[in-house]
Amino acid sequence: MDEKPIPLTQLPISKRGRIIGLDGGQGFKKKLRAMGIKEGQIIKVVTKQPFRGPVTIAFFSCQMTLGRGMADKITVEVI
Amino acid sequence: MIKKIVLMGNPNVGKSVVFSRLTGANVIASNYPGTTVDFFKGKMRVGGETYEIIDAPGTYSLEPSNKAEEVALEMLKNADIVINVVDSTNLERNLYLTLELLEQNKPIILVLNLWDEIKHLGIHIDEKTLEQLLGVPVIPTVALTGEGIKDLVTNIKNAKVNDKIKPTSEEGRWIEIGSIIKKVEIVEHRHHTLRDRISDLTIKPLTGIPIALGVIFISFWIVRLIGENLIIYLLDPIFDNFYLPLIEGLSEYIGPGTIHTLLIGDYGLPIDKIESLGMLTTGLYIPIGVVLPYIIAFYFMLSLLEDTGYLPRLATLVDKVFHKLGMHGHGIVPMFLGLGCNVPGALSTRTLETRKQRFISATLLAICVPCMAQLAMVFGVLGKHGIFYIFIVFITLIILYIILGLILNRFIKGESPEIFLEIPSYRRPSIKATIKKTWMRIRWFLKEAIPFLFLGVLIINVLYALGILQFISNALQPIMISIFGMPGDATIALITGLLRKDLAIGMLISLDMTPLQLVIAVTMLTIYFPCVATFSVLIKELGMKDMIKSASLMIGVAVIVGFLLKIILLGV
Repeated sequence: MDEKPIPLTQLPISKRGRIIGLDGGQGFKKKLRAMGIKEGQIIKVVTKQPFRGPVTIAFFSCQMTLGRGMADKITVEVI
Repeated sequence: MIKKIVLMGNPNVGKSVVFSRLTGANVIASNYPGTTVDFFKGKMRVGGETYEIIDAPGTYSLEPSNKAEEVALEMLKNADIVINVVDSTNLERNLYLTLELLEQNKPIILVLNLWDEIKHLGIHIDEKTLEQLLGVPVIPTVALTGEGIKDLVTNIKNAKVNDKIKPTSEEGRWIEIGSIIKKVEIVEHRHHTLRDRISDLTIKPLTGIPIALGVIFISFWIVRLIGENLIIYLLDPIFDNFYLPLIEGLSEYIGPGTIHTLLIGDYGLPIDKIESLGMLTTGLYIPIGVVLPYIIAFYFMLSLLEDTGYLPRLATLVDKVFHKLGMHGHGIVPMFLGLGCNVPGALSTRTLETRKQRFISATLLAICVPCMAQLAMVFGVLGKHGIFYIFIVFITLIILYIILGLILNRFIKGESPEIFLEIPSYRRPSIKATIKKTWMRIRWFLKEAIPFLFLGVLIINVLYALGILQFISNALQPIMISIFGMPGDATIALITGLLRKDLAIGMLISLDMTPLQLVIAVTMLTIYFPCVATFSVLIKELGMKDMIKSASLMIGVAVIVGFLLKIILLGV
């Protein structure tokens, strides 16, 4: 069931989401896409550190930690 | 012309393990000209032909987003053959770089490393089909055990330029990858394994933080255990039973005089390994007999933590705190490395992205992070007075790290980008690769510490003989007493500490000071200046201008802290 788009930081832990948009500079988007964080990719939030600390996500079979600010620039829809 | 083979791949794919399988012992760590990026190179002989093998920095794509990736790209341009190492458990993401490499018109071999792991994970890869689709040899390996490495070596001559993959856009590559994956990979649904659960527990804050404290505590306990035992059962017996008798013989042969003082120290028995201040006694015993064992133990432990994949999790957990100090979670790496020897710590500040982060991390490292030589000084001087005094030194340093970090974060211009770090799966470390890494780091210490200790002993002795040290100490006597509550003679220890901190141990012990005075002296010695070796590395890393700023901070902070400690501890 499709819901309305939310920033990755609001995706509940362990829920799966599909990336529908990347925000930010060209270099930043390019870096994310080359790593596989791209439109259409399904990702999951593993954990979020407290006090707006970094977010750890899982996609394919790898995990990645990224700062809140970066995670805010990734828009997902819950699936 | 020796043919160049370059190993390329994403970070954390076991590339360096493949590299150490291919090269054996003759490996050199070098610095890429004009940059601060380190890489390893070595040689390999196959069927009478010698190849040079280069381990390029890990990269996610050929559109570089940092210095290390730029270097990787440069190396690729000069390569005759490319070995592309990929993580089989993560084929889809790794293939992006593979496709980019295949577009380059270079002979390529694809290595599917961590091949044993895919079975546990319920992944099936049809490597024959993959070979057909990509048009280059595909070799599954388990570099950790050496499985498949022979196959790789015999196939080096079969490396070829692909004729299947055409250059395309980023989007085109992902579409291509999607269609390749559909043909070669089947992933069964799998249950959470024990390893996944450990991975989750160690990165979630509620469980991760207590575990981190435990891991750090146990690591230091093991370092102490290994270090102590190396000293008791190996180094002290060697020094006491073989080396000292030799020196005693030499002492007799030389007889009293300047040469004796210089080489061995004051004439007469017994010869003291720590306090005698001779080049062959103190100059050799302190670095090798006292500091080295702990450095070996420390770097071995740290390399294990790195190779299992624990450090990125720790970096995630501490990211928020380090962000407040102007760095991000990765800032914990220079700090940890610096606890062994500040030189590798200073070198690793390179991994931080901006000037601001590097400046803060290097300055905090030099001021607040005691290396093993400094720790030896702290324990050697204060140990017999009780753990309480050692505790004061550490608390002071920790508070200083935080306060100084907060201040620098406010006042140093520049950006502190956020953390962006891959969290690899936990892996069994390769003992061979771990030992190799440990050795590389210990070499820094051996290369820098011993010459400087020799030089230090020499200079101090010459200055003593000329009466210069006594003169300085007399001149500074009033300042030392009024500001820091220390006798003028402590100046000599501070001057000595410029060269090597561990050399100051013997001097401080022989001075008549109260434990609290010693606390002030030891804390100031730790803060005011790193050793000469670290200093010269920092000049290279930060540049002259920033280093002058950093050094003024060191001295300023040392004076303030020394003065505050005097007021707090001595009450006057």
